[in-house]
Parts: sequence; C-alpha cells; structure tokens
Amino acid sequence: MADLAPYRAVLASRIRSQRSYRANFRIDLISSFMVGLVELAEVWVLFHNVHSLGGFTFAQILLVFGLADVAFSLADLAFGHCDNLPTYIRAGKLDVFYLRPQPLLLQLITSDISLRRLARVLVGVVCVVAGLAVNDIAWSASTVLLLVVSLVSGFAIFSAMFVWAAGAQFFLINGAEMTNAFVYGGRYAATQPAAVWNRPLKVVFGFFFPMAFTGYLPTLEILGLPGPEWLPAWLAWCTPLAAVWAWAMAMLFWRIGVRHYQGGGG
Amino acid sequence: MRASLLPYWRLLRAGIREQSTYRLAALGGLVANATFGFLKVAVLFATVRAAGGDLNGYDLGAMSAYIWLSQGLLGSVNLHGRSDFAERIKDGSVAVDFLRPLDVQAASIVQEVGRSLWSLVPRGIPSVLIGGLVVGMTMPTSPGPYLLGAVSLLIGITIGAAVVYLVATAGFWMVETRGLQILYMVVSGFLAGLFVPIALFPGWLLVLAQATPFPSMMMYPIDILSGRVTGAAALGLTAAQLGWLAALGLAGHLLTRAGRHKLEVQGG
Repeated sequence: MADLAPYRAVLASRIRSQRSYRANFRIDLISSFMVGLVELAEVWVLFHNVHSLGGFTFAQILLVFGLADVAFSLADLAFGHCDNLPTYIRAGKLDVFYLRPQPLLLQLITSDISLRRLARVLVGVVCVVAGLAVNDIAWSASTVLLLVVSLVSGFAIFSAMFVWAAGAQFFLINGAEMTNAFVYGGRYAATQPAAVWNRPLKVVFGFFFPMAFTGYLPTLEILGLPGPEWLPAWLAWCTPLAAVWAWAMAMLFWRIGVRHYQGGGG
Repeated sequence: MRASLLPYWRLLRAGIREQSTYRLAALGGLVANATFGFLKVAVLFATVRAAGGDLNGYDLGAMSAYIWLSQGLLGSVNLHGRSDFAERIKDGSVAVDFLRPLDVQAASIVQEVGRSLWSLVPRGIPSVLIGGLVVGMTMPTSPGPYLLGAVSLLIGITIGAAVVYLVATAGFWMVETRGLQILYMVVSGFLAGLFVPIALFPGWLLVLAQATPFPSMMMYPIDILSGRVTGAAALGLTAAQLGWLAALGLAGHLLTRAGRHKLEVQGG
C-alpha cells in the first residue's frame, strides 16, 4: 500500500488547491450542476413537443439519460483531465512526467481531479432514481445486477474514450476537436434513444464507440422492451465485453502514442 | 477618422491570417461539426416525424437547414467562452494592452471577429455543403434572405465576441474565471439554439431565451438565412441584434474602465 502514498499526497494537494480560490470554486460547482441540468433540458425540450421518440417516453428516456450521465460524469471526474494532454505536449510539460518514477497515464490522471464535477454526478443520480421510480419495472435480482454491471461498465467505457482521445493527441497536434467529436459527441449520443439512428450511426456509436451500451441497451432490458434492428435488448448483458473492447482500443492508441512521442518544447 | 480606424482593420486581418494557419485544427473541427450534425439529424428528424411531419413550422427540409447552418456556425460563433483577452488578464499582459493607443475592448473584439470570419471558410461552408449533399435541405431561392442573413451573421459573430469579452472582464475581480467560462458555455449554447431550435422551447423558456443576447448570436442569423423569418420580421430580428450589440458594447466599455482601476499585476 506504500506505493500509493505519492498519489494520495498529489491528489490531496490538488483538492486543496481547488478549494483555495473560493469564489471560483463555488461558481465551478454551480456551472457543473448546470451542465447536467442543461443536458437534461436538451432532451426534455424534444419530449415537450412529442409524446414519444424512438419508441421511448420521457419517463423511459430519463433512465437512459441517468445511466449514461452518471457513468460519463464519474469518468470525467477521474479521466477528464486527459483532455489537457495537448497543452502539456505543446508546452513541453510532458517531458517532466517522463522523468518521474510513476507510470505516465497514472500521473496524467492524478494531475487534476476536478471536484466540481461531483455536482454534475448528482443530476445523473437523480435521473436514475426518478427513472427507476416512475417506470413499471419487474424487479428481480437480475435487474439489480444489470444496473450495477452497466454503471461500472459504462464508467469504464467513457474512461476508455478519454484515454483513447489522449493517445490520439500524440500524433494529432491541434486535433483535440476531432477527438472531442467522439468523446463529447459520444456522451450526446449515449443519452439518445438509439432507435432513431441510421445504420452508419449504429456502427459508429453503437459498436465502434460502444455508446449504446452505457444507457440505452441496459434500459431496454430493464424495462423489458425488444429493441430496434441491430440493437436487441439481450446485448445489455454484453456491456462488460463492450468495456473490454473500448479499453483494448484505448490502450492500443495510448501505447502507439507514447512510443511515437519524441519530446516537445525545448 | 480614417487613420484612427486603420489599426482595427489591420487587427481584423491579422485575426483572419492567424486562424488560417491552423489547417489541421480546421479539419478536426469539420469532422466534429459533421459528426454532431448527423446525430442531430437522427434525433431531430425523428422528432419531426413523430410530430407528423410538421413541428412548429419545421418540416424535414427546414430542420435540416437549421441543423447544418447551426453546425456551420459552430466554429465562428463563440459559444465556448474562451478568449485571448481572459488569458491576457490572467497573466498580466493586459497591462501592456492598456499602454497602447488603442481601445482595448474594440481591439480584442475585432481580432476575435477576424478569426471567426476565417472559420467560415474551412468549417462553415463545408458543413453546410455536407448537409446539403448528404441529407438535403430547403433553402431560400431569392437573394434577399442571403444578403440580410450575411449582415445578421456578421452582427451575430460580433455579439458573440462582445459577450465573451464581458465574461473575460470578470478576471479583473476574480483570479480564476474558468468556472464562469464553463457556465457561459453551457447556458449560451442551449439558449442560442445550438441543440434544439428555440421555436421548439415551451413558452416560458422561449421568453427567457429572448431576454438574453444568446439567440442573437446564432438563432436569429439562421432564421434569416434559412428563410424561416422574412420581410419586416427579419428586419426586426436584425434591429434586436443591433440593440444587443450596442448594450453589450456599452457594458464592456464601463467594465473595462472600472476594471482598469482595479487591475493589479503581480511579479515583474
């Protein structure tokens, strides 16, 4: 356990440093809460106009949104900081990380833990609880198991997306916006009823980046709905496989990226 | 008058040139625009179909025009809240800006507008072309909407730069403004009509949105360009935009003056 002491020290210092700018920290918390709320509003506004979308009512989509959002917010809390890699590369700061006797990825993750992002998790949690309460669910041990499995796997899938994007930054200087399209576009996709997607979108956000596994498929299975073409409800039980696939891709990109890196700045 | 405006004209061109050098970033931006665009097509088309083919005046063609115009403007209308000026306040180089014989507010807005205008070339126009060719859309056939739309778009881009300047001036009083910037990013995108056109908002939310400058940045130019709003109503929207621009310019001017007295630069 002694091995973890440096990480604990680093994390504690990050947390202290964030709380020291008090006015900003409070606004940070409010913004983070608003992020969750506005993202929910984007979905709600559509359902304000039509009763059902892609075979889902608003009550049903609440569960999709909640599951995906909790998983994404937690992954963002732990891995979201990987977004800063391009800045580190350009400023030559990354070379310092190479000099320290800790794995590069772990250092990058612990280089900042944004406490403010906790406020956003709250919105997702409320949606999951509300979604479970208002829908007619045949509760059983397998429902509970599926909920736990999908939240854990969803967290792993979104975390893998952040690591994948960071790995790609090593050879895509200034390409952050491209990877953001799939990381943040992925989050947007994950909160939609996937039945509205056409086939190319199902390939990209259903399987290649397994976004449908984080909220949509588990919700189908929990509510006992059949699911559209290519996305049958039983796939919900394959969510851990989707997480393994996402991490395999993430580690591949990360490794190629780290090998490719020649040093920057001077 | 001529001579005093010349530096701003040069700053505008410098902004355009600066942005034109980031080619790979522009390509990345285009991929992002298109990816989000196709997701918006999926969910918004499904909504129009669920409403029976007409949703508050939006049929599929009009919805497609809204989607691809809004995606095209994503690189030009500042909805992320980050600005050079915020960085310059934070690292103290704003002290040098105040020594220059230029209006600090006008100079930073003009430069930002220059960058935004260039982004229309590699990101804006291609996004609309992708939408038009792959998905298809309904656009006006007479020149009027395009002419007034271009004016409205230029005002919208300028309003975006003016609001982001206001956000940055908070840095005179606060050490860290990232929280404010994120708050801006979330609220502005939603109320500007980036995800869902504001005509689909419930009444109270529509009123709330119209009480902010955000629809002037994106929704109004799109409404005019796509021919959804025409004639006197379109001129009315442009007038509202000009009103916002004047108010925001004045607010920025007052805050700059107050902030200048408050400014404390550390280190040497």
